[in-house]
Amino acid sequence: AEKSVQMDLESWSGIWVYCEFRGGNLATVALELLGVGRTLADARGVKLVAVLIGSETGDSAEKLIGHGADIVYRADDPALHYFTDEAYGAILTELIRKKKPEVVLAGATAIGRSFFPGVANALGAGLTADCTQLAIRAGDGALLQTRPAFGGNIMATIECPGSRPQMSTVRPNVMKQLEFDPSRSGEIIDIDLAPAMLKSKVRVLESVVSDSDDVNIQESDILVGGGRGLDTEKGFTLIRELARSLDGSVSASRAVVDAGWIGYPHQVGQTGKTVAPKLYIACGISGAIQHVAGMQSSETIVAINRDENAPIFNVADFGIVGDLFEVLPKLISKIEEHRKS
Amino acid sequence: MKIVVCIKQVPDAKDVRLDPVTNTLAREGVQSIMNPYDQHAVEEAVHLKEKLGGTVTVLSMGPPQAEEVLRQAISCGADHAVLVSDRAFAGADTWATSYTLAKAVQKIGDFDLILCGKQAIDGDTAQVGPGLAIQLDIPFVTCIQKIREATDTELVMERMMDDGYDVLAVDYPVLLTVVKDINTPRVPSLKGKMKAKKAEILVLSAADVGADPKKIGLAGSPTQVVDVFPPPPRGERALLTGSIDDQVEQLVERLAVYL
Ligand SMILES: Cc1cc2nc3c(=O)[nH]c(=O)nc-3n(C[C@H](O)[C@H](O)[C@H](O)COP(=O)(O)OP(=O)(O)OC[C@H]3O[C@@H](n4cnc5c(N)ncnc54)[C@H](O)[C@@H]3O)c2cc1C
Ligand SMILES: Cc1cc2nc3c(=O)[nH]c(=O)nc-3n(C[C@H](O)[C@H](O)[C@H](O)COP(=O)(O)OP(=O)(O)OC[C@H]3O[C@@H](n4cnc5c(N)ncnc54)[C@H](O)[C@@H]3O)c2cc1C
Repeated sequence: AEKSVQMDLESWSGIWVYCEFRGGNLATVALELLGVGRTLADARGVKLVAVLIGSETGDSAEKLIGHGADIVYRADDPALHYFTDEAYGAILTELIRKKKPEVVLAGATAIGRSFFPGVANALGAGLTADCTQLAIRAGDGALLQTRPAFGGNIMATIECPGSRPQMSTVRPNVMKQLEFDPSRSGEIIDIDLAPAMLKSKVRVLESVVSDSDDVNIQESDILVGGGRGLDTEKGFTLIRELARSLDGSVSASRAVVDAGWIGYPHQVGQTGKTVAPKLYIACGISGAIQHVAGMQSSETIVAINRDENAPIFNVADFGIVGDLFEVLPKLISKIEEHRKS
Repeated sequence: MKIVVCIKQVPDAKDVRLDPVTNTLAREGVQSIMNPYDQHAVEEAVHLKEKLGGTVTVLSMGPPQAEEVLRQAISCGADHAVLVSDRAFAGADTWATSYTLAKAVQKIGDFDLILCGKQAIDGDTAQVGPGLAIQLDIPFVTCIQKIREATDTELVMERMMDDGYDVLAVDYPVLLTVVKDINTPRVPSLKGKMKAKKAEILVLSAADVGADPKKIGLAGSPTQVVDVFPPPPRGERALLTGSIDDQVEQLVERLAVYL
């Protein structure tokens, strides 16, 4: 890995999005990134390029064009069925070296945050982690990347003044996708895959997808979070019911994950997942800083807690002080009533 | 089995605030701790050493006081400690940090396995582990939640994914980053604490590890922090009022857009 100094910045052009594809599906964040990517590309007067890596990608490339891409580079091969850092990284690194884009984005997902750091390091490129805001400066094309750090206690804006490409991973659920437009046209280019590029020293033996309850909470628009105030594992039944009435998913504080009431994939916070749904309803969660760090960028936050001094009320847009065993059944039936009318 | 564990000293995140006037980090009175994920990395290393034999070397890049977390790791069973410390490292981003750590690892010599935490709770990037592996030209796997089998030649492990987990096998050398599920860190024994007190810590400068001055610290960092500011306020504390029935009614009205 060599760091390139004194680069000819002008020769790097185009906005790229790595479009995550796993288990037969495009990740929602890929479409969101095409949305913001379109804005950046138009501001720069350059092409928006999607990079699709996987196997049996079907009509995904067409879908990416309908969502804003001008060009799709596609690497579709049975050897790419499972994600590996080496193969996915080698393909993307090679493509970037050849085509020299100015910006490359990926979702800040398990996959994006794993292989993007390797790609950036190999290219000597700057990589900004887990961005929540992106803008481009007209004059020099500098990407202004804004991200939370210190567990969400501070925000930082980061630039890569002397190197290209400018790379970022971007948090799911913060950027807006464009509506699918079937009349959009674009070019699909299948990449030549040298056998060496498909190799990985790490061998995937099996990919275990958790049961349907374990949805990816980072992709949910509505989350109902349960904490120790639920008293017992059974308390989660109420949380699940509320989530169901809202077509949302269930998340949790670390206290209840540690207690074994629900699995770790549901944990929100500093040592769990960072989420930014449209609506987050915290039930019986005190609002410890480590929890708040993971959910404070939600669009609307509702808190239900019997302690009016609970810190969760400091980040809530709407709060109900009360016993959740009284409030939740009432809330569920009111919501159902509302949805029927 | 030669294992290297990278550990970072971090401010205890719950204490960190921006000074509203100067917009700099108010670090006054903020406690420094071992990055929580790195405690799990140390534990896993010591556990593997107990099973397979070998040594555990802990490595940190940081100011002189980072020695504290290295001693803490020794009290938990690590054998050797190396601190790479030099004013020239100041302002390092993840690229420059991985480069510097790679130089230090090469200086230390042979290794089979490198363990890192998934991420540091201050920078929060999770980029140093993968970057270090690329610098050393070895494979890496992030977010390991379990090592199922470890022999002298191979590891079988579980990598946490967003939708479940992958089961992977790999030969040495390899770099892994670990999440907290992997184990429960032990409490240091009295004997461990004594050993830590007396332990000699090898301190290396940029020149000692043969680092290129253009690739370290701020000068070697492609990313630059140009602005820091507090997160946008979430507005006023808005408790609903009235009977529980009234409050529920008001809430459903306000949430109508989501229903
Ligand atoms: C390094 C580190 C990392 C951490 N990472 C995380 C993390 O990622 N995520 C996380 O969540 N935590 C994390 N924590 C733990 C965190 O500090 C808190 O301990 C945890 O969030 C508390 O969970 P809780 O709110 O469910 O429980 P508690 O703090 O016990 O709060 C329970 C709340 O329920 C309310 N309540 C009780 N009964 C009722 C009722 N009948 N009706 C209404 N309200 C009721 C109480 O008033 C109280 O406010 C971390 C801690 C450390 C040190
Ligand atoms: C507000 C702010 C935002 C930042 N954003 C970015 C950014 O987006 N991109 C970027 O490249 N840099 C960024 N940096 C710089 C970055 O924090 C530092 O480079 C830091 O040295 C390493 O990154 P990290 O703390 O994120 O570690 P991570 O990559 O999260 O750490 C992962 C693991 O690597 C090991 N490790 C990390 N640092 C050390 C060390 N010094 N010694 C030994 N082991 C270590 C540990 O095992 C740790 O668990 C930012 C800094 C600040 C202050």
